[in-house]
Amino acid sequence: MMRFLLLFSRQGKLRLQKWFTVLSDRDKRKIIRDLTQMVLSRPPKACNFLPWRDLKIVYRRYASLYFCCGLEQDDNELLTLDILHRYVELLDQYFGNVCELDIIFNFEKAYFILDEFVIGGEVQETSKASVAKSIEEAESLQEVRQ
Amino acid sequence: MPAVSKGDGMRGLAVFISDIRNCKSKEAEIKRINKELANIRSKFKGDKALDGYSKKKYVCKLLFIFLLGHDIDFGHMEAVNLLSSNKYTEKQIGYLFISVLVNSNSELIRLINNAIKNDLSSRNPTFMCLALHCIANVGSREMAEAFAGEIPRILVAGDTMDSVKQSAALCLLRLYKTSPDLVLMGEWTSRVVHLLNDQHMGVVTAAISLITCLSQKNPDEFKTCVSLAVSRLSRIVSSASTDLQDYTYYFVPAPWLSCKLLRLLQCYPPPEDGAVKGRLVECLETILNKAQEPPKSKKVQHSNAKNAILFEAISLIIHYDSEPNLLVRACNQLGQFLQHRETNLRYLALESMCTLASSEFSHEAVKTHIETVINALKTERDVSVRQRAADLLYAMCDRSNAKQIVAEMLSYLETADYSIREEMVLKVAILAEKYAVDYSWYVDTILNLIRIAGDYVSEEVWYRVIQIVINRDDVQGYAAKTVFEALQAPACHENMVKVGGYILGEFGNLIAGDPRSSPLVQFNLLHSKFHLCSVPTRALLLSAYIKFINLFPETKSTIQEVLRSDSQIRNSDVELQQRAVEYLKLSSIASTDVLATVLEEMPPFPERESSILAKLKKKKGPGAVSVNELEEGKREGGELNGGGGERGGDNSTIAASNASTPSPSADLLGLRTGPQVSAAPPSAGSLLVDVFSEAGVNDDGFLSSAPPSAVSEDAAPPLPESNELLNKFVCKNNGVLFENQLLQIGIKSEYRQNLGRMYLFYGNKTSVQFVTFTTTVSCPGELHPQLNVQAKPVEPLIEGGAQVQQVINIECLGDFCEAPLLNIKFRYGGALQNLSLKLPVTINKFFQPTEMASHDFFQRWKQLSQPQQEAQKIFKASHAMDTEVIKAKLLGLGMALLENVDPNPENFVCAGVIQTKAQQVGSLLRLEPNAQAQMYRLTLRSSKDTVSKRLCELLAEQF
Repeated sequence: MMRFLLLFSRQGKLRLQKWFTVLSDRDKRKIIRDLTQMVLSRPPKACNFLPWRDLKIVYRRYASLYFCCGLEQDDNELLTLDILHRYVELLDQYFGNVCELDIIFNFEKAYFILDEFVIGGEVQETSKASVAKSIEEAESLQEVRQ
Repeated sequence: MPAVSKGDGMRGLAVFISDIRNCKSKEAEIKRINKELANIRSKFKGDKALDGYSKKKYVCKLLFIFLLGHDIDFGHMEAVNLLSSNKYTEKQIGYLFISVLVNSNSELIRLINNAIKNDLSSRNPTFMCLALHCIANVGSREMAEAFAGEIPRILVAGDTMDSVKQSAALCLLRLYKTSPDLVLMGEWTSRVVHLLNDQHMGVVTAAISLITCLSQKNPDEFKTCVSLAVSRLSRIVSSASTDLQDYTYYFVPAPWLSCKLLRLLQCYPPPEDGAVKGRLVECLETILNKAQEPPKSKKVQHSNAKNAILFEAISLIIHYDSEPNLLVRACNQLGQFLQHRETNLRYLALESMCTLASSEFSHEAVKTHIETVINALKTERDVSVRQRAADLLYAMCDRSNAKQIVAEMLSYLETADYSIREEMVLKVAILAEKYAVDYSWYVDTILNLIRIAGDYVSEEVWYRVIQIVINRDDVQGYAAKTVFEALQAPACHENMVKVGGYILGEFGNLIAGDPRSSPLVQFNLLHSKFHLCSVPTRALLLSAYIKFINLFPETKSTIQEVLRSDSQIRNSDVELQQRAVEYLKLSSIASTDVLATVLEEMPPFPERESSILAKLKKKKGPGAVSVNELEEGKREGGELNGGGGERGGDNSTIAASNASTPSPSADLLGLRTGPQVSAAPPSAGSLLVDVFSEAGVNDDGFLSSAPPSAVSEDAAPPLPESNELLNKFVCKNNGVLFENQLLQIGIKSEYRQNLGRMYLFYGNKTSVQFVTFTTTVSCPGELHPQLNVQAKPVEPLIEGGAQVQQVINIECLGDFCEAPLLNIKFRYGGALQNLSLKLPVTINKFFQPTEMASHDFFQRWKQLSQPQQEAQKIFKASHAMDTEVIKAKLLGLGMALLENVDPNPENFVCAGVIQTKAQQVGSLLRLEPNAQAQMYRLTLRSSKDTVSKRLCELLAEQF
């Protein structure tokens, strides 16, 4: 299971943090600090995986944003790259040509979309159409009621 | 769906976020945030009721501020209000706020649970999903208590929408992980397993994560899932890339589900049913075949998804470890990846091959890739890939290729990244030992290791080489010759000096025949390094010198001269000085017979597990070194020390002294503790009692001093020194309570009124884990009604070098004299350790200081003038009579130290009230030092006689 997902910029600014286990604020801050430092200092074209404490770290850069998550030992690294990619696709589908600013100004949407895709660190729905459908349904619910 | 801000865009939020982004400095940002917080607070507190939209906007702003890293201490109530809104986006923001800022405020949790309950029963799938996401995000025990019964029902109900089922499955998984005792699958088991057959791929994808976790915990109850999983997998694997429509990802059919199915199968042994097994093997073969087909897309997503399945299939093949054909095919496939242009694949192939190397079917196949792996070690640009290559070389090493691999690793060490050097050193040391056929190669390797990476050679490594040299007489001469040569280098690492000193001290005689390495040459060589070394090394060299005196009488006068020099005999370091003094004395008064007995060659070490292996295991964390490997290490270690066993007869004494160090790894040579000679047979030592009066600085633990047979399962009686330990903490609350060779117990405590909280820190000083670690705190006899002590349970396992914490809550009900007992039991290397200590809880901990003027003090003093209210002691000072120290101690006692009260400025007076639940006991203290006589008179008066008496007893020990 995925333990956490972090999105941060090339300057090390955190854009999204999702924790799938209970951690103290102190531990969270430490993880964020350690990982942004570690990942940002890696050379380009380096391997997307690295061992860290008892976790496997999988990260990938999309434009100016790094998507970085911590996995347990029996998780599949390559599949996790696909999870990150699918998440980016979902964001892209929702925002249309998503960029970092979309996530800054609509951070709550980024969280909602993630919730439709991953729950408790496990993938719940892999179909792009299905996720899009639930989001659309919810949004239409909103419009009707307003 | 270009759907940004569909009517629910919050302009105020966007403006605020822009403002924050435009802040030029951290200060400006904080200022802007504080302004906003004040604004929101006033809106929330204002008389005007806020509409849902405003509430949503402000809650969202608070969330944004929190995610920026600032504390948020209000707004929870407003967020909870949003939960019951019937507008979706308002509800959604409310749930998001709750998920991110969980608050254990019980009142709030009740309200949140209420809102969730309403949404769960709303039959509106969108609301139900929101509620389920919230439960999964928070995952607290309270939520499990409230909903663990309801969710399985939602999951299996026929009329539940698919999307709700998916959320319910993963929500249940989260609750099961946090509170397994509350999630009872019982009657649902079979219906949950059958979700594997669900028509909706999304439902299967979500449910399988739950089923995998449940299967790991209850394999028998869920074993029917195996055949279902195989048939589902088979259908996916054989489907065309377009069959599964939206569940096809870059031309790969359902990669997530395939991987999860393969992962589920890894919870079980190979299927027993022949047909099921046949079908599975077919699937695995198909997956391996597909890897050879040309890619259907050039996109990296396509290859990632395809290879994710492939690696998961290989994991399953390795897990089964029973199909030689598949294992070899897997190995060949990984071999191809070793040279793939994608770094990720090379990394994973190296990692996966490590596990293949331990299978007997594929070990040989893995070995054929040795050149590629060595090349990877030399040329990979990414350190984490090189690390994997080193791991694989280690895993594929056996007798046939050990020399090549060790040589490659050694040469890599010269340029290796600092971050992995220590681990590499350990690995080289282990391999060299494990596969040493000829021990001169082993000695060469370790000395090379010290030469190349001396800083990274830990104690364990050089202890081990000495152990082995001592235990094998066929290599001793070679070792002496080699270290002698190595020491010739103008600059050699201190670890080399240590090994050299030790080996020449023991076996220098074996090369002394050659005039180029005559005794005096050897000594001068060693002594030329002396001044550049640290204290422990110098201490070791001094021991080597005294051994020289025994081995080569002709060096006696030279060495005595060195020992006698001021820089030795008056050395400011007490250990060095002591050794110099004692060795000098020993060499001048003991007869040659006595000298020969005391300084006899070290007897062989008892057979034990290589401490290096333990260290590596600790470094890599449990699981990193397979059990298999550990056992093998033990076996090989046994072989190595085989000679030691046979010669064990004449070393019974050393064996006995080793029994008092039950650690298989700590303190290998006894060097870390007292002088080396203290390891000499005690029978010989006793002849020299006068010479060695202080020498046997024996810091053997209290634990080990009790013979193991005397240890019973009952709590041990308190240690004799526990009263002393108790006294140490009368005037302070923090410190080290107890320490021996195995265990250190640190203590931190705080007291308020009649309550106290104590934190105990149990540190494992060894490199081996403590198991079944339990502690019990008890209040014996009369103490029981006076003190209420509750200890939180403590982790039953303490890893080597790790520390665990225990919290103890204390409530003082009435005044008391005794201290609570702490009993600690654990197993260390199989032997039960059992010790009892007194917990330093004394009556004065519950003092509240009371400030009062001189007049009041003496008035109260007089009020307490009944003879039984007073306790007095006159005693001799046992510490220097330093005013500041005395003041500090009195303050530590917990009373108020009153200035300008006593007419005699030399005297100290204090006042305080002891808070117990039953009553308060006012106490006054007067301490009159007499510097001339080095005596004190201590007087205590309090409203209760037992308190005066007890305080007086406690305090009399402090000054």
